[in-house]
Amino acid sequence: MFQTDIFPAAQSRHPGGPVRRPGPTLCEVFPAAGAEAAAAGFVLAQLGRGAAPVLWIQERLAQSETGRPYLAGLGLDRPLLVMRLSRPADVMAAIEEGLRCRALGAVVAELHGNPPAASFTASKRLALRAGAAAVPCWLIRQAATADLSAARDRWRVATLPSAPDPDDPQAPGDPCWRVELFRSRDRPPGAWVARHERGHERGHERGTSNRLDLVAAFPDGAVAEAAGPDRRHGAR
Amino acid sequence: MERWQRRQDRTGGTAPADLPQALVAEAAHGPVIHAVNGAAHLAGVTPGARLADMRALCPDLRTSPADPAGDRATLERLALWARRWCPWTVADPDGGVEGAGLILDTTGSDHLWGGEAAMLATIEAELGHLGFSARAALAPTWGAAWALARFAPGQGTAPAIDADPAPLPVAALRLEGRTVLLLNRLGLQRIGDLAALPRLSLARRFTRPEPSLNPLIRLDQMTGHRPEPVSPPGAPPVFRADLRLAEPVFDPGPHLPRLCEALCDRLSAARHGARRLRLSVYRTDGEVGRIEAACALPSRDPAHLAFLFRDRLERIDPGYGFDLIALEAPVTEPLAPRQADLAGGADPGLDLSHLVDRLTARFGRDAVTRLAPVASHVPERAEARAAPLPAGPVAADPAPERAERPQRLLERPEEIRVLYAVPEGPPAQFQWRRRSYRVARFQGPERVAPEWWQDRPGTRLRDYFKVEDSEGHRFWLYRDGLHDDGRGGPPRWFLHGIFA
Repeated sequence: MFQTDIFPAAQSRHPGGPVRRPGPTLCEVFPAAGAEAAAAGFVLAQLGRGAAPVLWIQERLAQSETGRPYLAGLGLDRPLLVMRLSRPADVMAAIEEGLRCRALGAVVAELHGNPPAASFTASKRLALRAGAAAVPCWLIRQAATADLSAARDRWRVATLPSAPDPDDPQAPGDPCWRVELFRSRDRPPGAWVARHERGHERGHERGTSNRLDLVAAFPDGAVAEAAGPDRRHGAR
Repeated sequence: MERWQRRQDRTGGTAPADLPQALVAEAAHGPVIHAVNGAAHLAGVTPGARLADMRALCPDLRTSPADPAGDRATLERLALWARRWCPWTVADPDGGVEGAGLILDTTGSDHLWGGEAAMLATIEAELGHLGFSARAALAPTWGAAWALARFAPGQGTAPAIDADPAPLPVAALRLEGRTVLLLNRLGLQRIGDLAALPRLSLARRFTRPEPSLNPLIRLDQMTGHRPEPVSPPGAPPVFRADLRLAEPVFDPGPHLPRLCEALCDRLSAARHGARRLRLSVYRTDGEVGRIEAACALPSRDPAHLAFLFRDRLERIDPGYGFDLIALEAPVTEPLAPRQADLAGGADPGLDLSHLVDRLTARFGRDAVTRLAPVASHVPERAEARAAPLPAGPVAADPAPERAERPQRLLERPEEIRVLYAVPEGPPAQFQWRRRSYRVARFQGPERVAPEWWQDRPGTRLRDYFKVEDSEGHRFWLYRDGLHDDGRGGPPRWFLHGIFA
C-alpha cells in the first residue's frame, strides 16, 4: 500500500530506511487550516483494505466546520459506522468504547481545537487501548496546536496543488499533500510530498490502485536543514 | 384511524380534527380508503371506496398510508391487555368495514366488576383512556355480541343482554358482502326475516360449508345452537427477575450481576435473547424509577447486559432507598444456543453488536448509524443513515460510473460569492467564509438535474464544478440553475463539498 520512493539523499539522512507500515496504534493528524479534508483523505489512504467496518466519530463542531464524510466520495469497500457527538469528552469515551471491539477495522475521530478532554492522560489511555486491541486509531485534530500527547505517530498535513491530470491539462488530478511526520516513537521523522492515486476514478476496478506515493519533500536538503533537526529534537 | 391520530399526536404533527383525513391502503385496482376521521365521514367519504372517487367528492381530503399489519399487532396487544377483565380474550381482526374488535368471554367474571352493565362501562372508559373509541356489547354468544356491538341502535350506550337481534340487518350475521347482497335480493333485510324461514329451504339454498357464506351456520352460532368457543392464545412468556431486599439500599449496582444472571437463566431456558431491558427500582416511598437499555442483536450474556446499565445507574433517584429491584426484558427474540469456537474466542460479529449496544446505551438511540448508498443522483440524497448492523448480508452493488465525488460534504450547501468570466462557465474567484479563493484549475461542469418526482416544482438544476485554488484547496461548487431558465433570478452559487 505504501510505495516509498525516497531520494538517495533523503535515505542517507534517515538511517531508519524507508517508511514502514506502522502497527496498530494511536496516530494524530494535525491538518493545516483549510486542509481538514486532506487530513481525512490521508487517513483514509492509510486505512488500507479489509472487510472490517470503520467507526468514524465526529465532534459536532468539526462537522459543521468542515463537513461530514461522504460515502460516495470515500471509495471505501467496507461498512462505515458514523457517530456525531456534541462534547469532546463524549468523543473520547466513544473512541475508547470502539477500541474495546476487535471487530472494527479502525477508529477515526475528529476533534476541533484543544479541549481539556483530549489531554495527555486521555491520549495515553487511547494509545494503550489501541495497542491492546490491535485496532488502529486516528485522531484528526482540527484547528489544534500539537500539545503534549502520547500518540505514537504525529503527522501534519497540508494541501498542495494536485498532480496534473493526464487527460485534461486544466483539471485537477490526483490529490497531493505535504505530510510531515514530526514525532514518532519507532521511526525517524520526516516530511514527504504524498500523492494519492485513487484507482477507481480512472475506471479501474474499485480500489485496485489505491496507492499513496511518498516523495521526500526536500531532496536538496537546504530547507530541511532549517526545519528538520530541531523538530526532531522537539519531538522526542 | 385513532391509532394513527395518536401517533401523530406523539410526533407533534397533529392535524386539526375538522379537516377531512383518510388512511389509504393499496388494493388491486389502485388505492382505496381504509379509514376516515369524523370530518371526512361527514363529507361523505366512506371506507372501502376508491381514493379517486372520494377525491372527487371531497377535494381537500388529506391522506396517509394505512398500516394494517400494525393495526393487527395493536389489536393483539389490546387483547392481551383486556385480560384484566377475564382470562379468555381474543382479537377479532376480521371486522371488515365495521371495524375490528375484541371478544371477551366474561363468564363468571362480571361480578368482580360490579355486574355486567358496570363492567361494560368500565371497558369503554378504559379504552377511551387509551385513546380508542369503542362500543361494547354483552350477549350470550359471540355472534350476538358481535352484532349488537356494531349494529345495535343507539349511540354509545351498552345494549342490554337481552336485546333482541331480530331487528338487526342481516349484515350483522358476519357474512360476506356477496351473501348479504344475495339475501337482500331475496327480500331478507333483517335477521328476524331470516329466522322466520323454514330451515330446510335455507339449508337447500345455502350449501357452502364456510360459515361466512352460510347464513344458517351464522344464525345457529348467534342463537347458541352451534358452539363457538373463544380459544385465546397463550400469553407470551414474561422474562423478569425480581430481587427483594431486606433493607432499603441506595445503589442497585452490586445487585445487578445477580439479576442479570437470573434473567439470562430464564432466557436461555426459553431459548430467547433480550432486545430491550428495563430495570425498575421500587422506592420505599412508593415511587418507581426505570431505566431502559436496548441491544442491537438478541443477547443473553449476563456481563454484557450488566454493562449496558453501567453508566446509567446514577440516573436513578434513590430517594429514601428502594427495597425491590426488577429486571425485565419486554422485547425478546428467539436465540438458539450457540457454541463458541474451539479456541474459546468470541464471534467477531457478536463483538460488533456489543459495541453498538454499548454506544447506543451511552449516547442515545440514533447515535450510531451506518452510511448506506442510495440510488440517487442528487448528492445529498445519495446516502442514507441505516441501522448500524445490516439485517441481512448487504449486496455489494457496483459503484455507478459517475464523476468524482468529494470526500467531505457540508451539512448544507453554503452560498458563496463568485466572479466568473462567462455565465455558463466556471468561477474565476469566489469568497467562502470571509476568505477569497482564486481558481487555478477546474473540472466540469457536471449537470445534476432535479428529481421531479421528489423535488418541489421550480427546483433548479445544478452544475457542479471541481475547482482547485493555487494553494491546493479543492472544492466542489455548484451553480443553482441557469441564466434565463425561467425559475427565478440570476443563479446563485453554493459550495457543497471539499475534496481531499
